[in-house]
Amino acid sequence: MSNNSILVVGGGFAGITAALEAAEIGHEVFIVEKNPYLGGRVAQLNKYFPKLCPPSCGLEIQFQRIKNNPKVKFFTLAEVLSVSGSPGDFTVKIKLSPRYVNERCTACGECEKAASTLVENEFEFGLVKRKAAYRTHLFAFPMRYTLDAAKCGADELRRIKDSCPYDAIDLDDAEKTIELNVGSIVLATGWKPYDVAKLGELGGGKLANVITNMQMERLASPSGPTNGKILRPSDNKAPRKIAFVQCAGSRDQNHLNYCSYICCMASLKQLSYIREQNPDALVVVYYIDLRTPGRYEAFKRRATDDKKLLLVKGKVAKIVEDAGTGDPTVTVENAVTGIRSEERFDLVVLATGMQPSIAGRDVPAGVSLDEDGFIISGMDKGFIAAGCAKLPLDVMKTAQSGTGAALKAIQTVVGR
Amino acid sequence: MAEKLGVYICSGCEIGKNLDVEALAEFVRNGKHKAICKLVKTNAVLCSPDGRAEIEADIAAAGLEGVVVCACSPRAKWEVFNFGPKTLVGRVNLREQCVWSFEDDPKFPDLMTVLAKDYINMGIMNCSKSGIPEPEVPEVCQTIMVLGGGFTGLTAALNAATLGKEVVLVEKEDALGGYAAKMYKSFPLAHPYDQTQDTGIDKLIGAVTDNPKIKVFTGAGLANLEGAPGLYKATVKTAAGEEVLDIGAVVLATGWTRGEASFLEPLGLGKLKNVITTYDLEKMAKNGGIVRPSDNKPAESVAFILDVEKCMEGVDWSRGEVCEPVEPLPAEAAKKEEGAEEEFVYQDLESAKHISYSSEISSLVALKQAGYVRERNPNALAYILYDHMMVPGINEKYYKAAQDNPGIMLSKARVTEIAEGAGGGLSISAKNTLIGESIEIQADLVVLPTAVVPVTAHEPTINLEYRQGPAFPDLDLFDGFADSNYICFPYETRRTGVYAAGCVRQPMTMATCREDAAGAVLKAVQCVNSANHGVAVHPRSGDKTFPVFNFVRCTQCKRCTEECPFGALDDDEKGTPKPNPTRCRRCGTCMGACPERVISFANYNVDQIGSTIKEIKVPDKIDEGGPRVIVLACENDAYPALDMAAMRGHKWSPYVRFIPVRCLGSVNAIWVADAMSKGIDGVMLLGCKYGDDYQCHFVKGSELCSRRKENIAESLGRLGVEPERVEQFEVSIDDYDKIPGMIEKFMNEVISKYGPNPFKGY
Repeated sequence: MSNNSILVVGGGFAGITAALEAAEIGHEVFIVEKNPYLGGRVAQLNKYFPKLCPPSCGLEIQFQRIKNNPKVKFFTLAEVLSVSGSPGDFTVKIKLSPRYVNERCTACGECEKAASTLVENEFEFGLVKRKAAYRTHLFAFPMRYTLDAAKCGADELRRIKDSCPYDAIDLDDAEKTIELNVGSIVLATGWKPYDVAKLGELGGGKLANVITNMQMERLASPSGPTNGKILRPSDNKAPRKIAFVQCAGSRDQNHLNYCSYICCMASLKQLSYIREQNPDALVVVYYIDLRTPGRYEAFKRRATDDKKLLLVKGKVAKIVEDAGTGDPTVTVENAVTGIRSEERFDLVVLATGMQPSIAGRDVPAGVSLDEDGFIISGMDKGFIAAGCAKLPLDVMKTAQSGTGAALKAIQTVVGR
Repeated sequence: MAEKLGVYICSGCEIGKNLDVEALAEFVRNGKHKAICKLVKTNAVLCSPDGRAEIEADIAAAGLEGVVVCACSPRAKWEVFNFGPKTLVGRVNLREQCVWSFEDDPKFPDLMTVLAKDYINMGIMNCSKSGIPEPEVPEVCQTIMVLGGGFTGLTAALNAATLGKEVVLVEKEDALGGYAAKMYKSFPLAHPYDQTQDTGIDKLIGAVTDNPKIKVFTGAGLANLEGAPGLYKATVKTAAGEEVLDIGAVVLATGWTRGEASFLEPLGLGKLKNVITTYDLEKMAKNGGIVRPSDNKPAESVAFILDVEKCMEGVDWSRGEVCEPVEPLPAEAAKKEEGAEEEFVYQDLESAKHISYSSEISSLVALKQAGYVRERNPNALAYILYDHMMVPGINEKYYKAAQDNPGIMLSKARVTEIAEGAGGGLSISAKNTLIGESIEIQADLVVLPTAVVPVTAHEPTINLEYRQGPAFPDLDLFDGFADSNYICFPYETRRTGVYAAGCVRQPMTMATCREDAAGAVLKAVQCVNSANHGVAVHPRSGDKTFPVFNFVRCTQCKRCTEECPFGALDDDEKGTPKPNPTRCRRCGTCMGACPERVISFANYNVDQIGSTIKEIKVPDKIDEGGPRVIVLACENDAYPALDMAAMRGHKWSPYVRFIPVRCLGSVNAIWVADAMSKGIDGVMLLGCKYGDDYQCHFVKGSELCSRRKENIAESLGRLGVEPERVEQFEVSIDDYDKIPGMIEKFMNEVISKYGPNPFKGY
């Protein structure tokens, strides 16, 4: 007897979509997510292109669907340890890392107030620090705090525990391993921003006023570190001259040997964030090609109908910082005129590309990755890739991919 | 109507610190609803395991029909306060909307208690007027009909068959395969994405024709689609005659047609013999050699033009107005043309924009066909002149491979002119290129892109026998593509049960079509499954309720049938609405539209919200307890935004009362009239953005609400109340920092401009 259940690895948009679409046909679905929340990269975005609508709106619908559907079960802070068996009958071992906060948590925030240790904030891409007891973001789902117990001393832990009126801090929480039996497995492990530290010539990670496009999303988000005000990190001033450097790491055989699909549209979208706050800011976009496929062309036409926007075909060679002002200076060669020039800005946004999160990691037997880390096979072995684990995609195509993956996962378990 | 309720008041999360919960419990025990509130309890932490266990035990012991949980937002702790399908749960949001967001007004004592008492009474009333839904389960046909027998349709048919469904495939041509069968080769469909490959179409056709679950009609068309998901009657027309089939859901995969040649005329098509399109070149490649049409001489040099700016002159890229102009309500418009049966006129939506929209396909095809040129003749040269090489994502690898081909010259260029050249060839002038500021290229052949124009740009295609017409509404928003306006939900349209896939939805590559054929089939199967269980599909998936009509009181005004965003309702000759529950998305727009209030849902109805509003205690005079404003808030976006505002520490007037609604479309004018006749000073309607980039989960709800405001104004006028006391605001879920300011501004304006509602004290 084949097992009808489906495991979805990754609780980002592709994974949630695949899980819900399969569950709404009647299949039991398990989502395994390594973060303390569902929603993945989409939860970090301020708005979607081309509608400029907030991603939390779509996530809210998805979370309502999860709340209303007993067939969907999810595990956060969870990772797959091993997979054995075959299509229709897999045994999966899953590691559950301790959250140290149980389901009694009401998200009141007392533990956060009691905590003192500050740590790197991954959700905000390092733009601010966070406490060791934390809620990742305003719309976190599940709405429950997390405690980095390993980062706190015994005294602080005691203070945190004592601060909770609901007995929700569980310092005895420990790593657990559980086992699930499923019929097929959707791999929706998503993407990570390309590591800017590898883009040394562009000042990646070193120059204060050279940020990434994902950091820009957080700066523009009303619940981000600046409450939505786009301010440059070095001095919290509103920038008046901004450059976007496209293909920062993408279309480059020394980094990502493909186009990351979303960055051109993302920069044009971010131009609208800037315009909302400063209609007079000068914006320059350095690009190789502006890739706005399909009906996105209409968005591009409207966005680029802008007198204070300059589009320059040319790859940026170098970015250095002015020691006094912190202003970044960009060296670029215009591909059409051949002229090499230097231009000084208040803020530079690196349109960094997407790298599959699964790249370089162990994959179950039967799954194979291409040279860049995208999943290229495994379906005949019961593994279905979805979303950016498979190809660089935007959200709309990720939803499409997740829906299709649900069908393939069901095909794997029926008629077997 | 629930008559045995338990009321539970939590004192956790600062509620107990700010409110005397014991006194509130006493208030309920002795209050106006004491007859139905069988149990009233307080609890230090109601969401704790003990709190839940107590409620559970009470439900069993006291036979409670419903529980009113006075604690946090219904968005929080939903799993704790779910007591199964047989117990109603009402949530009173004391935490976010009473305690956390409370801003005191020193003019009057203890306003927070006043607020809490109102909310508790409102919650009790709301819950008591709710009922347990019993789904209506029709006898459902699960057959999937696939329209279009090209690559997408064939893939879709096979997908549906492997899920065990019967499939009907309808193809208009005499042979299956669509455009893929006419192609010589495809650009890459799989790793390593660097070479041209076979389309695999013959194998696909074989698999479909050999599949016993798939019934294929060729030379056929869908003449008519009548009924509703799970219950469709589809009339398929072939040379042999007509056949009526039972169908559950439809996958629309009718693909595309070639763009009009006239749009490419600025680049010489139709004027210069040796200017052809990629469509023509593909045919040449499949059937023989690549030659110049003027003299059949094998082409030694071929220029592919991707910069189509010359064809875009005069194209208007602006959107419609952000807010659509207020049109008369459909019912009124219809009245004007009384008697005359409306003739459905289909507006052709093809334009030059389709050339631009096809940029990705055009770029990949140019790369592929440049390869053909080189493959046929190793000495031949191919030029590709582009504005932006549109090969996003993984297809960059195919572009890289072409760059390694020594006979393919690629350059950015602005093509300025194409004219007769020497020796029967053509001369292409271009500027701003990578090989010079101004260049001239001689070529035997110039190849222009083929625009992908969706079949739905020319004809309704799905031929629905629906009251609102045969086609998808809103096609103009997508330039004729049968697409979704949702980024997150690409298969959701305004016609339940019909799911588009492939190039009829968007210009897409065959690899993407393959994905799309899987996604659309999944949605079609899900739709028939849901119909089979009597539950709604997206976004209220699993909702068992459906609109119930009290036909005795219906006046056949047709508002509901005209306003339903999903075309769910038909009407008979007399104009009596015919509900089609399997088309319905349960937004309640019909309920909001109905002037006679004859439409209701088991757990959501006009009386319920009206009675809830009447629970608000309005002081006889403003200076005896302050003004009152109600906010009808969309539960999908506005309500969560309010929760977030409270979590972020925003405060607002203690005189507002929030009432969540399914969608602003479900707001019935009587609620506003009820509020006004009670002496409430103002009504705020908080809903989603509308216009071209609408964010309404039910597409038209917030827009219809704004259009109905005229009706509301009229009825307020009759009451002698200023219509400005009612205002609609467009908010997004992330407007949490802005909404408190909107509330304050509205409160101040209503009170300062219009003073107290004259009905106070009656």
